[in-house]
Parts: sequence; structure tokens; C-alpha cells
Amino acid sequence: MKKLINAPENVVREALAGMAAAHPDLLRVHVDPDYIVRADAPVRGKVALVSGGGSGHEPLHGGFVGKGMLDAACPGAIFTSPVPDQMLAAARAVHGDAGILFIVKNYTGDVMNFELAAELAAAEGLPVASVVTNDDVAVRDSLYTAGRRGVGVTVLVEKIAGAAAEAGADLATCQRIAAKVNAQGRSMGMALTSCTVPHVGRPTFDLPDDQMEIGIGIHGEAGRTRQQFASAAAIAELLARPILEDLPFRRGDQVLAFVNGMGGTPLIELYVMYHELSKLLAGEGITISRSLVGNYITSLEMAGCSFTLLKLDDELTRLWDAPVLTPALRRGM
Amino acid sequence: MQIESDCVLKFLEVVAARIKEQRDYLTELDAAIGDADHGVNLDRGFSAVMSKLPTLTGRDIGSILRTVGTTLVSTVGGASGPLYGTAFIRAGAATADRFQLSSYELAHALEAALQGVEARGKATRGEKTMVDAIAPFVETMKEGIEADEDPLIALRKAVAACEEGMRATIPMRATRGRASYLGERSIGHQDSGATSACLMARALLDVVEGRDAG
Repeated sequence: MKKLINAPENVVREALAGMAAAHPDLLRVHVDPDYIVRADAPVRGKVALVSGGGSGHEPLHGGFVGKGMLDAACPGAIFTSPVPDQMLAAARAVHGDAGILFIVKNYTGDVMNFELAAELAAAEGLPVASVVTNDDVAVRDSLYTAGRRGVGVTVLVEKIAGAAAEAGADLATCQRIAAKVNAQGRSMGMALTSCTVPHVGRPTFDLPDDQMEIGIGIHGEAGRTRQQFASAAAIAELLARPILEDLPFRRGDQVLAFVNGMGGTPLIELYVMYHELSKLLAGEGITISRSLVGNYITSLEMAGCSFTLLKLDDELTRLWDAPVLTPALRRGM
Repeated sequence: MQIESDCVLKFLEVVAARIKEQRDYLTELDAAIGDADHGVNLDRGFSAVMSKLPTLTGRDIGSILRTVGTTLVSTVGGASGPLYGTAFIRAGAATADRFQLSSYELAHALEAALQGVEARGKATRGEKTMVDAIAPFVETMKEGIEADEDPLIALRKAVAACEEGMRATIPMRATRGRASYLGERSIGHQDSGATSACLMARALLDVVEGRDAG
């Protein structure tokens, strides 16, 4: 294992210290319990957005702390849910007397730990609402699994609900908008290589050089199929078709198209994939009216990408266009 | 059979030591069908429990177990933190202010722990989770005690049922937790949560029998 680390057990804390040193204008880092809050927290009268999850998906979630997006992020150990103490302390730190919205990706551990945190917060009189993202169409048998995983749409939920909160929407409205983004968004990802968790030291799964995993999760969870490696055009078909059929997206729809890198794929390849996606959608009569290309929800150094499509309406488009100022996403500020 | 506070503390020491020993094994089991962190996470949690042990000497069993539960919730993360945390917190509530437990009270506390795990995880038997080991353990113990069996024999049978339940997870298809995403491919692997649950059950028996050398 070759990684730019000192010791596996210190990776998360040292990265947090690095974020604090790099972005003192945008955020503050609290250690033990670990959480990141925006520099001006708490913002009086504004709904506070708190998210979190295992580390290893950077910039998600800490990179999205700042004006117009998250008020706090709670990083767990790598690929391990944070603990309720973190969410509770973060909620107290950012509560601006307008309530708190938890944004939770649908994984067994995350859901349980956020549930516990919400129970503890409620016991303290903090008004908390929660939204669970579950946009991964690769998981087919939702009845026989822990349900669809929360992946790319989480980034869009944090941006769009963050804009609503910044504009003064109340807790119920922020929750409604976050749920709408989740309901109108679908994703699917693929991997060319595995990733290596620092404290494990070996690749999470074996993937031969001539194979790829279609429908991969962001922790290396197996996907729908393992198959012969293919061209960008063929891979774009494999990712986009299940997404289009699932919502379904229809001719005439306006969408936000999000091509996300898994951490180990260069931007030039992500743009090749975006080109394929845009041709495919044009062929279906679907208009891309907004786009996002880059590494936003990653899986350590895994090579691969995911597609997320979000069906837009006026409300979501306006909130997507609102200014945002975070380490990883910055526009209009 | 009487379980006293000191016995509970000894049990925690043995569990912590064995989890440290078995850390890599538990993590390997988890790597096959989960996310390769079960041993590491539990070791972190029980190491934190060990650092609190000196403050728990002389306390009632309920307080000891509640502290263990809240410590696990605060340090383990993942799904096993809330699950084992809830189990210990519920067992603690069932043994509040008690400095010793009869075998009947022990069975009752174990049942409360099982109910906590089931409520938090929403899993039932046959879904390839820790419930597949904990449920037969608790039920066998309870049946034995209610049938006026010798408590030690009941506990031995319960641990055997627990280990059988653990092995029975191998051919199961997971329908809860991260392993469920593998569908058919989860078949053929032993569940890591059932394995750590068995480790705890075995530790309890060994401490009760006086075979507690790590």
C-alpha cells in the first residue's frame, strides 16, 4: 500500500487539521467529538443543515460546509458511520433557533447513528427533521436488501436544500425540498479498480485488469454485474439506461446531469463520459439544462465514475443557481 | 449460579482482550461481504470500555452495563455501535441497582438485550445478522432456566446454540446491512456480527466457569 499518510489511524484527524488550516475563512474544525462547522455558525434564524458519514468520500461532506450548503459535517472513520455524539454536538453548535435538518445517506450504520442522534437531540428540545437519500438504482431488490444506497444525489440535496435554508426557508420547507431532490434524482456508478482502506492495507475487492464492476457502491460494495471492460460509449449506456428507465425520465424533461469521479479517474476521462452522456440524452429528447462534472462523492482512490440525473423544475433550478461558497463547490460568491 | 458485579467486570475484560486478539479475523469476515471494519471498530469500542473500567468498580450491574452501552454508541460507529450499544443499555436498564443477578435475572437481562438489537436493527432471524446468533442464545438460556435446568448447563447449551446459529449464517443470503447488496453472492460467508456475538457469549460462559484466562 502506497499512500500519502503518516499512520492509518491518524488519517481522518490529520485531514481535518489540514482542512482547518487550509480554509479558516470558510470553516472551523472541532475535535473529539469530530465535526466541521461553517465559520459563522450558528447563523441566527436559519435552518441548519447537518450531514455526515464515513470518511473516504471527500470532498463529501466536509468540503461542502459553508454559505449556501451545509452548516456542519460529521466525519466518521473511513467508510464507517460517525457516532451520535458527533451529530448531537454539531447540532448544538449550529442551531440558529430555526431547527436542524439531518441529511443521511441510506446505509444501515448511518441511519441508525443519525436516528440515535435525532432521539438525543429531541430529548434536549432541539427540533430535528431528517431526510435519507437513496438514489442508487444499481440496488434492484430493495425489499430484500437494506434498500437503495445514498450516492450522488446527496451532493445535489446538500446544495439545493442549503440554498433554500440560506434564503430563509423554514425547516418543513427545507425538508420537503431535500426530499423532492432525492425523489427526482437517480444514480448509478461503476468501478475500473478497487480502493484500499488505509487500516486494511489491501484492496477491498479483486477486479482483474480486463473486468469492470457495473453498479458499484461508494464503499466498494458489489454492483449488478461484473463484465468485460468496454468503451466509454458502452459504459455510458450501461449507467444511463437503468437511470432513465427507473424514474422514468421522459422526452422533454429538463435535467441536471452530474458526472462524478470515484477518486482515481482523471477529469479528462470524466469529460469523455460527459460527452457520451450528453449525446445519449440528446438522442432521448432530454435537455441538460444544468451540469456538474468532477470528483464530489468519491471512494478513496477507486477509478471509475457515476452518473446522477436530477429532473429539474423552476424551484430546483433557481436553488441550484443560488450562490454557494464552500471549499469544494463555489459559485457566485 | 450468581452473577456479581465483579463477574461482569471480568466478562468485559475478557471480551475486550478476545476482540483485540480476533480483530483481524472479524475484519476479514467483514471484508468478504461487508466493509472490512468490524474488528477494528469493536476493538476501538472495547478499548474505550477498558479505559472506563476503573471508574466502574463497585458500581451496580445496571450502571456498569449502561456505561458500556453508551461508550460503545459513542466510539464504535457503523451499525455495530448502535446495535451492541442498545443491547448493553437495555440489559443495563433490566439490571438497574442490582449488585448480583440470579440466573433468572440474567436470562431476563439477555432477553432485554436481544429485544434492543431487534428494535434498533429491525432484523429477524434468518437475515444473516447478529440476531441469528443472539436469538438462539437468549432463547435457549431462557427455556433452560424456565424448565428449572441447572443454570450452568443451560448457559452451556445456550452458547452451543449461539455457535450453531453463527455457523448457520454461512449458507444464508443477507437481507439486512451492507452484505445484502451482494444478494446471492453473500451466501457461503459467515456473518461477522454473529461471530462477535458468539465471542461475547463464549466469554460469559468462560468467566462463569472460571476459565477466563483471555
